Amino acid sequence: MKLAINGTTRTFDGDPRTTLLDFLRRDCDLTGTKKGCDHGQCGACTVLVNGQRINSCLTLTVMHEDDEITTIEGLGTPQDMHPLQSAFVDHDGYQCGYCTPGQICSAKAMLDEAKAGWPSVVTEDLTAEIDLSGDEIRERMSGNLCRCGAYSNIIDAITDVKEAAR
Amino acid sequence: MSKSITLDQPDQRNLLDRMAQGTIGKPVNRLEGPDKVSGVATYAAEFSAPGAANGVLVTSTISKGEVALIDEASVMGMPGVLAVISDQRMIARPAQGGAGEAPVQQVKQIDYWGQPVAVVVAETFEQARDAAKRLKITYNADDMSDVVLNPEDADSWEEGPGTETVEQGALPQAMSEAAYSVDATYTTEGHNSAPMEPHAALAEWDGTKLTVHASLQMLNYNIDELADSMGLDAENVHLLSPYVGGGFGSKLGISPDVAAASVAAMQLGRPVRVVLSRQQVFQSVIRRTETTQRVRLAADADGRLQGFGHEAKVTNLPEEEFAEPVTQASAFLYPGQDRVLKVEMGRIHRMTAGSVRAPGEAVGMQALEAAMDELAEESGIGPVELRLRNIPERHPSDDVPYSSRRLAECLKAGAEAFGWDDKDRKPAQRREGEWWIGTGMATAARIHNLSKAEASVTLMEDGTAVVATDMTDIGTGTYTILGQIAGEMLGLEPSDVLVRLGDSDLARGPGSGGSWGAASSGSAVQIACEAIREELCDMLGCEDEDLTLKDGFAIHNNKRQSLPELLNGRSIEKLGKLKPGETEDDFAQASYGAFFTEVAVNAYTGETRIRRMSGAFGIGRVLNEKTAKSQCMGGMVWCIGSALMEDMMFDHRDGHLANCDLAEYHVPVNRDVPHLDVIMVEERDPAASPLQAKGVGELGICGGAGAICNAIYNACGVRLRSFPMTPDKLIDHLPEI
Repeated sequence: MKLAINGTTRTFDGDPRTTLLDFLRRDCDLTGTKKGCDHGQCGACTVLVNGQRINSCLTLTVMHEDDEITTIEGLGTPQDMHPLQSAFVDHDGYQCGYCTPGQICSAKAMLDEAKAGWPSVVTEDLTAEIDLSGDEIRERMSGNLCRCGAYSNIIDAITDVKEAAR
Repeated sequence: MSKSITLDQPDQRNLLDRMAQGTIGKPVNRLEGPDKVSGVATYAAEFSAPGAANGVLVTSTISKGEVALIDEASVMGMPGVLAVISDQRMIARPAQGGAGEAPVQQVKQIDYWGQPVAVVVAETFEQARDAAKRLKITYNADDMSDVVLNPEDADSWEEGPGTETVEQGALPQAMSEAAYSVDATYTTEGHNSAPMEPHAALAEWDGTKLTVHASLQMLNYNIDELADSMGLDAENVHLLSPYVGGGFGSKLGISPDVAAASVAAMQLGRPVRVVLSRQQVFQSVIRRTETTQRVRLAADADGRLQGFGHEAKVTNLPEEEFAEPVTQASAFLYPGQDRVLKVEMGRIHRMTAGSVRAPGEAVGMQALEAAMDELAEESGIGPVELRLRNIPERHPSDDVPYSSRRLAECLKAGAEAFGWDDKDRKPAQRREGEWWIGTGMATAARIHNLSKAEASVTLMEDGTAVVATDMTDIGTGTYTILGQIAGEMLGLEPSDVLVRLGDSDLARGPGSGGSWGAASSGSAVQIACEAIREELCDMLGCEDEDLTLKDGFAIHNNKRQSLPELLNGRSIEKLGKLKPGETEDDFAQASYGAFFTEVAVNAYTGETRIRRMSGAFGIGRVLNEKTAKSQCMGGMVWCIGSALMEDMMFDHRDGHLANCDLAEYHVPVNRDVPHLDVIMVEERDPAASPLQAKGVGELGICGGAGAICNAIYNACGVRLRSFPMTPDKLIDHLPEI
C-alpha cells in the first residue's frame, strides 16, 4: 500500500503490527517524530494526517493508505524553519527537545482547528469566532507533555505566531 | 598544553566581566535549537546501525525470590526471535549517580517487582515485544510474610548513608521555652523523574571495543559502571550521548537497557538496540523515596529561631547506599543553636530509590517552608518578614561564613514583583464564585556543588573555536553557555564556537547532575581559554590585561589584527582543568530564591489551580539569561507537580508500582501551569567557581510546593501536611459557603 510522507510517496508492506510512529522512525528514517510513551499519553509522536493532528503511536500504518502525513521534517529545516519552529527557538519553548517536534506539529494543527472554529472546553461562546487566549492555547496544548517544564515559553511562542498571522 | 586551577581561594579575578565581547549572560538562543525544532537532533535510539537487532526487557512479576526457569523454547520458535538472554553481566538495578562501578547485577535474584530478568532479542521491535510478552518464566517466590514492602513496616532504621546527623544543644528545652513554636510532621510521596525520552541504548561490539549510544547524564562515571558490569577495561568502552531527552536524575547512572543492549551485542555479534517502555521507565529505573518529616521550630518573641529540628525518614532497597538527603538545606538555611538534623533510612523491597531532580531539597524544602508558614501565623509576623529575620550570620553548625547569598534581595524583589501583602494573612477571606483565592510564599535554597572537570578548547586557524568535553546537555543549555564562555574569553560570537559534547572520548567532565555542570565544565572552558590567551599574549609580547579579543580580532597596543592573521595558519589547543578546593569547606555555598504564588481552591471539589507564580533567584553569575530562566521555570513546574499531583502509588501487597505510565502518574500539563515570572537577581560568587556562577538547574524546585501549600491554607483555611495536596485530602475540610 502507498501513503505520502512529507510529499513523498512511500510503500508499506511490512509487519501489520507496525505503528505509524515506528514506520516513520525506522522505515522512513524520519526520527524527528518521537516515541515518549507508545500509549497515546504524552503527545511526543504527534504528526499531521491530512492536516489533522494525531498520536502516531496509536495508529497502525496499514490504516493510512493514500493518506498524506506531515512530520516535523516536513514543516521546516534548520536552514529554513517554519514560523512556529523559529518562535520555539526565540522563546526557548523547549529544553531537552524531545517533546518539541510533537509540540510544534500539535501547535500547527491547533492553530488551524481554531481558525476552522473548533471550540474547546474553555471556549465560552461556541458561536463566536475563536479567540485563542492564553487559556485556550493551554487547554488545546495539554495533550503534549513537557517534563522540562517549558510550558510558559511554549505559550509565548505560539502566541507570537498567532499574532503574526493576524 | 594544559592549565589547571584549584579553587583554594575565592577567584576574585572576575575574568568574564573584564572581557569585551559582551556575550556572556545574554539571552542567546540555544545553539542546537534549530536542530531540535526541526527534528534532526539525534537521540540515543535514533542512530542508524545497519543490521541492528532489537531487544525488549522482561521484568519480574514477583517481589522477592529467584528465577527458577526461563523457558527459552516458549519463544525461540517465534518469527524473528534471535535470543533470550539472562546473563550475569546484565544489571538488576540502575547504578546510583556517581557510582562509577557496577550496580547489583544478579538478575535472577529478585529483590523488587519490575526488576529486569531477561532481554528478548529479535530482528524487529514488534517481534521482540511479542516474544517478551510470551516468554514463560517460573519463579521461586520467598515467603512474603518475611518481606518488608512498605515504609510503615520497615523494622530497622539506620542513619541515611551520606547524610549528616546534627545534634547540638537542647532542642526540647528550646521548644518549651520558645515564645512561638511549631512541631509538625509532613509527608511526601514518591516521585518519578519521567523524562520524555525513555532510556535507550544502541550497542555495537567489534570484538574488542564496545560502543554504546545511550541516554545518559554522566559519561565520566557511566564508562566505569558499564566497563565494570561487562568485565571490560574502561578504555574499551565508548559512550555517546550528544542529545539526552531529559534525565532529572534517572539517567545519572547506567540503566538496565544499557547493560542489556551491550550483553546482547557482544553475544550476537551485531548491533542491538534496547529501549525501555514507558512502564519500565517507571518501574525498573529509580524512584524518589517517600518521606516523613518532623519539623520543629522554636522562636523567640521577635520570631528569631533559637531551636531548629528537621528529622526525616526515607527508604531504599537493601544494599543501596543512597539516602535522600532531606535536611541538606536545613543545615545552613536557618539559625537556631539548639539543633537536630537527622535522616533515617528503612530498607524495603520496592524499586531502587535514587536521585530525582534536587535530591534532598526538593522534598525537604517544601516541608520546611510549610512549617515556616505555620510559624508566621503563630507569631503574627509576616511570612517574608519572618524569613528576613532568620538569615544567619554564619553557618549555624560549621561556623563558617556564607559565600555570596542574595536571599534577602530575592525575598524583596519577588515580593515586590508579585505584589505581595505581608501583613494581611487571615485565611479564607477571598472568594470568586466557587473558588477560594489565596496567596503563599516560600524560600528557595539548594546547595552549590562543584566538581572536577576538564574541557579542551581549540582556537582554529580560521579564527573560530571548538569546545570539546564529554559533558552532556540534557536540556540545561550546556551547548550554548559553553559557547558563550569561550566566545567571551576569545572574542567570538557563540555562533563561531562549535561545542562538542556527550562523547566519552573527549575531555572528561562531571556530567549533568547536582546542578554542577555549568559551574564546573564552564570553568574548565574558561581555564582552557585563559591558556589560549596566554599563548596569544606570548605571540604579541603583552600581558593579558593589555589584550582585548573582540569580534574575531586581537587588539593590543592600538593595533587590531584578525585572529586568522595572527594565528598565521596554526591553531592553539588547550586543556582546562578545574579542581574544587578549600573554598568548599571555607564557605557555606548555595543558591537561593523566593517563590510567590496565588491559587484558587474549588469550594466544592477541593481542586487547586495555580493562578499566578513568580520566583526570584540568585545563582551567582547568570551565564545565559534565557536558558537560566528556563531552568527556573522548569523547576517551578515541578513544584506544581510535587504540590498537586505527583504520587507514585505502590501496591501494598507486592510493592509493585500501580500508576506506571503518564496517564496514571500525573505530571503537570500545559493547562496546569500559568505564565511563570522569573526574576534573576544579579550576583557574583567568587568562592563558588572561577566563573563566579552557582548551580541553577534544581533551585527552582526547592521550596515552591511549600508556597503552594501555604497559598492553599490562605485560600481556604485548610492546613495540609500531606503532599501532593489532591482534592480528596481537602474536600472534607473545606469551609461552608
